[in-house]
Amino acid sequence: MNCEECGKRPATLHLTKIVNGEKTEYHICEHCAQEKGDVFTGFHNFSINNLLSGLLKFDPMQKSAKESSANKTLRCETCGLTFAQFSKSGRFGCSDCYTFLGDRLDPLFRRIHGNTQHIGKVPERTGGQLKIRKELEQLKQALQTHVASEEFEKAAEMRDRIRALEQKMAQS
Amino acid sequence: MSQQQFMQNPWSNWMKGEGPDSDIVISTRLRIARNLRQHPFPLLATDSQGEEVVRKVTEVSESDAMRKRHHLQVIQMDQVNPLEKRVLVEKHLISPHLAEESRKGAVLLSPDESVSIMVNEEDHIRIQVLLPGFRLNDAWEIGTKIDDIFERNLNYAFDETRGYLTSCPTNVGTGIRASVMLHLPALVMTQQISRILQAINQVGLVVRGIYGEGSEALGNLFQLSNQVTLGMSESDILSNLYGVARQIIEQERVARTYLLEHTRVSLEDRIFRSYGILMYARTVESKEAAQRLSDVRLGIDLGVIPDVSPLVLNELLVTTQPGFLQQHAGQKLTPDQRDERRARLIRERIADTEK
Repeated sequence: MNCEECGKRPATLHLTKIVNGEKTEYHICEHCAQEKGDVFTGFHNFSINNLLSGLLKFDPMQKSAKESSANKTLRCETCGLTFAQFSKSGRFGCSDCYTFLGDRLDPLFRRIHGNTQHIGKVPERTGGQLKIRKELEQLKQALQTHVASEEFEKAAEMRDRIRALEQKMAQS
Repeated sequence: MSQQQFMQNPWSNWMKGEGPDSDIVISTRLRIARNLRQHPFPLLATDSQGEEVVRKVTEVSESDAMRKRHHLQVIQMDQVNPLEKRVLVEKHLISPHLAEESRKGAVLLSPDESVSIMVNEEDHIRIQVLLPGFRLNDAWEIGTKIDDIFERNLNYAFDETRGYLTSCPTNVGTGIRASVMLHLPALVMTQQISRILQAINQVGLVVRGIYGEGSEALGNLFQLSNQVTLGMSESDILSNLYGVARQIIEQERVARTYLLEHTRVSLEDRIFRSYGILMYARTVESKEAAQRLSDVRLGIDLGVIPDVSPLVLNELLVTTQPGFLQQHAGQKLTPDQRDERRARLIRERIADTEK
């Protein structure tokens, strides 16, 4: 059988597509299949989100049936996305989903990223006091190191900077 | 630049191929995903909510702060025909998802096409910086400054624990995906590539074909990018990618030298056969074109073919894609017509640039 598309090369790919009960068969050559792409959308659409769904469905750490039914009723109060919908699509509906689906997300983040806590860039304006708090943490660590190595002048400098930052935090 | 010019002009800045390590690294790309607080993500947004996001983003792009850096032109996806969309995808300026599936999608482009900002793709804002050669830090500098300008004017969805909140849990945290497009013919020829790809997966990085998720490595081009976005800082992500890419570049150079020293005749034979086919063939399929262009590019980089510019190869890589060929022809073409046009285009471009 020759390819239905170009009519020249032999058809090497035979595909049956069933949409709403309607069956369509394709017999095309590899060359036309590549150019035509869209016949195979069903395969191309397999994305990272399908995998996520797999990650969410199997949770060996899940302790009880109670917990599993709690997942079913869990939903985002802002956009209405349920945990079940999320685990199917692998996508959030709005930024509040992160709050409402909350702790249930930790195992997923751990599997994808090996981590659950952001440690990167913090936006200047909407990052709240996080930026200052991070700086404070770093300064306090530096203070400890300087004290331990008896570099008291440097330690005093750190202490002053910590005080200034703490004042700044109290004011804002 | 008019919308028309973005479509017609095959040259994007990233194709000019003059960056560091450009014998192996074709381009560097950085993407930053951001969302607005109190707006449903594009997946759930209604048309009017989508329009509002486009309006807000466009407003910032027209602010003085942004104008000082970039003159961005807005292109609304519903005002571009399918062929033009395909061209934007082939030039790597938008994703297939924005072209085909997004509602109220738009893209903001800088005249040299090194910056493209997708609106209402999977996330509200996706800032993309695309530069020629190996320039991860430059890409981050440009991207983070644009991010800062948006952040001063818009309320970002950000959480102290989770970082930047994205539509897909694979992007949460920093929201950055950095990638380098590598041309690795010698590692493929010496069959070392699969061993290297396996090792890469073990260090939190991922390799794909050049048109992103699910595409195969046409013409020995591999896109190496970070996988993890949460729990690592931006500089960790970039230096991790930098270090691994550096190693692969060195390995490729060693393999190229090895091939030249040990199999010079057969290597030259392969390169010149491909060169001959590209110069004289009357019809060539896209897969073959990609492979032959890769051979010729290797020949140029090794000094075996002295009189063709590698820039022409970068350009041909894009202009021989189906969307571009049809755009250039001004009509829809059958696969056979495309193969013929592709062959003619390559012949003419190579003849043009020979000294």
